[in-house]
Amino acid sequence: MKRRNLLASAAMGLMLASGAFAQGMDKVKACFVYVGPIGDGGWTFQHHDGAMQVQAAYGDKVEIQYQENVPEGADAERVLTQMALGGCNIIFTTSFGYMDPTNAVAAKFPDVKFEHATGFKRDHANVSTYNARFYEGRAVQGHIAGKMTKSNKIGYIASFPIPEVIMGINSYYLHAKKANPAVELSVVWAFTWFDPAKEADAAKALIDQGVDVIAAHTDSTAPLAEAAKTEGVIGFGQASDMAEYKDGPRVSSIIDNWGPYYVKRVGALLDGTYEQIDAWEGIAGGEVLIGEITDKVPADVKAEAEALRDAIAAGTYHPFTGPINKQDGSAWLAEGATAPDGDLLGMNFFVEGIVGDIPQ
Amino acid sequence: MDLGGINPVILIATLMASAVPILLAALGETVVERAGVLNLGVEGMMVIGALGGFIVAVQTGSPVMGFIGGAVAGAVLSLIFAALTQVFLANQVATGLALTLFGLGVSSLGGQGYNGIKPPPTGQLLPDVLADLPVVGPILFGHDWVVYFSILMTAVLWWVLKSTRIGLIIRAVGESHEAAHALGYKVNRIRLMCIAFGGAMAGMGGAYVSLARVPQWVDGITAGAGWIALAIVVFASWKPWRVLIGAYLFGGITVLQLNLQVAGSIIPVEYLSMAPYLITILVLVIMSAGRKGKVNGAPAALGQNFHASR
Amino acid sequence: MFRLEKRPTPSKFWLYATPPVAVILTMIAGGILFAAMGKNPFEVIRTIFWDPVFGEFAFYLRGQLLVKAGPLILIAIGLALGFRAGIWNIGAEGQYIMGAIFGAAVGLAVFPTENRLIFPVMVIAGAFGGWLWAMIPAILKTRFNTNEILVSLMLVYVAETILAKASTGFLKNPEGMGFPGSRNFSSYPAAQNGFIYEPLGLHWGGVAALVTGVLAYILLTRHQAGFQIKLAGQAPRAARFHGVSPARLVVLCMGISGALAGLAGLFEVTGPAGQISIDFNTGYGFTAIIVAFLGRLNPLGIVLAGFLMALTYVGGEMASTNLGLPDAAIQVFQGMLLFFLLAVDVLTNYRFRLPFSVGAK
Repeated sequence: MKRRNLLASAAMGLMLASGAFAQGMDKVKACFVYVGPIGDGGWTFQHHDGAMQVQAAYGDKVEIQYQENVPEGADAERVLTQMALGGCNIIFTTSFGYMDPTNAVAAKFPDVKFEHATGFKRDHANVSTYNARFYEGRAVQGHIAGKMTKSNKIGYIASFPIPEVIMGINSYYLHAKKANPAVELSVVWAFTWFDPAKEADAAKALIDQGVDVIAAHTDSTAPLAEAAKTEGVIGFGQASDMAEYKDGPRVSSIIDNWGPYYVKRVGALLDGTYEQIDAWEGIAGGEVLIGEITDKVPADVKAEAEALRDAIAAGTYHPFTGPINKQDGSAWLAEGATAPDGDLLGMNFFVEGIVGDIPQ
Repeated sequence: MDLGGINPVILIATLMASAVPILLAALGETVVERAGVLNLGVEGMMVIGALGGFIVAVQTGSPVMGFIGGAVAGAVLSLIFAALTQVFLANQVATGLALTLFGLGVSSLGGQGYNGIKPPPTGQLLPDVLADLPVVGPILFGHDWVVYFSILMTAVLWWVLKSTRIGLIIRAVGESHEAAHALGYKVNRIRLMCIAFGGAMAGMGGAYVSLARVPQWVDGITAGAGWIALAIVVFASWKPWRVLIGAYLFGGITVLQLNLQVAGSIIPVEYLSMAPYLITILVLVIMSAGRKGKVNGAPAALGQNFHASR
Repeated sequence: MFRLEKRPTPSKFWLYATPPVAVILTMIAGGILFAAMGKNPFEVIRTIFWDPVFGEFAFYLRGQLLVKAGPLILIAIGLALGFRAGIWNIGAEGQYIMGAIFGAAVGLAVFPTENRLIFPVMVIAGAFGGWLWAMIPAILKTRFNTNEILVSLMLVYVAETILAKASTGFLKNPEGMGFPGSRNFSSYPAAQNGFIYEPLGLHWGGVAALVTGVLAYILLTRHQAGFQIKLAGQAPRAARFHGVSPARLVVLCMGISGALAGLAGLFEVTGPAGQISIDFNTGYGFTAIIVAFLGRLNPLGIVLAGFLMALTYVGGEMASTNLGLPDAAIQVFQGMLLFFLLAVDVLTNYRFRLPFSVGAK
């Protein structure tokens, strides 16, 4: 109880020092907590890129602070507390595992804004959540994969069996199937977010068994590098554009683009319009970018993929539109129905047609 | 030739390449440990080698130079360990672990600016005529030069340790540094050279990850391969050929489990995922069980520092 | 150049003087590193070593030192017993994970029952989980002569896979909307390892660490088993003549270190971490090996080493966040500190002599 009081009084002091919030602020200190190193070339790299966009947008009016390699759990709670004590006005916690620490620290610092990526808990008025609809990008990839495969075998390197990943696999498969009814999907679970050698091995295993289109939901470019070794195999950039493989196997990519959201939120804090939200934007909001589709893809397929992208952006098409059955054959979405967000966020089943079990 | 969709020829060819980083690092560590030094910093030396190799290859455009660069980087880092343990007589276990921490940090600092670059390719060594032969082609002729180098090094180290004077001295130093010293050998100097050799091999192993297996640089690219290499040395009872077997066994099960996943195996994925570790343990148990009571081959002076008091 | 000469008896002076000397040397070398990176070296050094203990937010950070040091100390003491006897448990990380899973599973199984006995039973289950995981290499060693380094290390990866399975499967929070991770113990008071005294960061894990430190010290200096452990490490043959059974010693030492690592995992999952998640383990099991040797395998030394290590983590984070240093620079700095601590230690047992000042050859 004692520390709570101490922290509360410290926070009070900071609040008095920095003036009232509602009228907007002259200067914002925006802080970021990263789960990996900036040099990971993927997830954390993209978040840091977003932070840099904030700096570029507001110049002297913002001060950026960040901490790399913060383990989820107790260490996150300490880093968050340090940041809040140190005068951060808004703190972005950029990994799902920071959910409980974010809410715990937010309770002690009611005047600091917390933004948690990919979670769902907003226990306090100063906690917002944000995420990106990556499955929208997966739909575009799936379409390209279905059209491009010659062996009718497509592959997916998955990290852990969590809704975020399962959602992507389903979206990818549904659209590949729509483009090419003969398509078969093989899923490899790597049980890691980041292990380049293992990701390369997984890609190799897929290729060795006749897969010629590979998508990955792990962080490194290793699957693309492996695909580059075999003629005729293509893949996609994940998290970042991975443009260095443009002349090789990379035919398109999903880019996590957090910049627009970060700029918007920090801007709202500056001009006093900040409110608690639950943001889940996709292609339309610019959070999910489809990287350039290369010339390896025939013009008609490219046009279809771009049309799909634009339809999703315009809101005229939802990647999960019924009729869709679950893997066991039971009905999920009726004809014309679109998936409620709640179903997607907690997705723990494959759709009909995917072979293999989700490890649970 | 297919077993449930898995082609054994391709599988063997794949595991030979995927085992190279672990094999090279474990061979180096074998020599280090045979000389009586336990260097737990393999992971740090590998990751530094991965970066050093990558930078040199990118700057010179030559992958061969890259591998040499990786070896040099690994050896240089290992000299810190050598200085601490051989000159300052610091504890080897703790120094090795600190070396891993240090190596990961230095590589991450030094690698800034090298993200998202492709290194020059390390291609197949022999012409396609040979590599395209059925069965033997992919297994025997389809690899890049480092794969052959790793096998050659296994043979060379086996021969050196078993049949040469240098090998005898290294083993003498590792079994009883007092006796070796009494015979007039410079224990610490020999160990220092072995450590540097181990560092060079680990560095090359790391360079293989960043130049051939994954061709790119990202922080922490070796992702724990150094730890597996350490385990393989123990698995092999400090014998080079068994290091090769251990590395191929571990690499093979890893590749096989991923292939089984692709082929839609009925074995649950999480058990497949544990399989490389469990099977390595199991094989070691079977191999050690027959020799109960006997020493398992560890050099007698392993981990002990030596100071010439006379 | 100089040469080393062994002291007849370890120097009492250097025994206590080496750590400060090493820290000062690290400050100099680290200062050069930070200056080379364009930072004010004095500011960085002050942030790492001074601010967590005496700075503006020390009221909060001081407590965090024990939170961070607790598990390191608890695990390192167990490991040190084994290391002294020549038993190499490298897999404390796996035992830490299994302790957390076993303990958490017991607590979550009876959720939401409120009963004073729940937490103690969880503590026992946590220790049991770690003990059980350590018994695998121990039994394999005594029965089949299998090397414990390999087995304990490999079992870390197996434990990590089980952890992933627990987070996404059998321990997943049923109210977590399908997301990975167990229920959070902070909302389950009967199973929670809350703070006993917050300003010091004291929770049951910290208590256990400090008590274990004292107990282990008594064991090693006053007890028969402690004597056997030391003897087995220094003179295995003599130990055998003294009736020390190597097999029993392996089971004892692996068991203790496993149980302590399991306890650390349990206290962490029910307290600071709060829940089982895929990335629950953060390397305490490996860092503890360094802590054990920094503390010279002496329980009281380990307590101090644990705090020093914790200081570099907490202070390093501060420097990284507030001064914009890459995390990698902090890792390098930590590595340097360890190098200096290990190197300067030589002065305890040896002295440097310049060749010309040596009288007899």
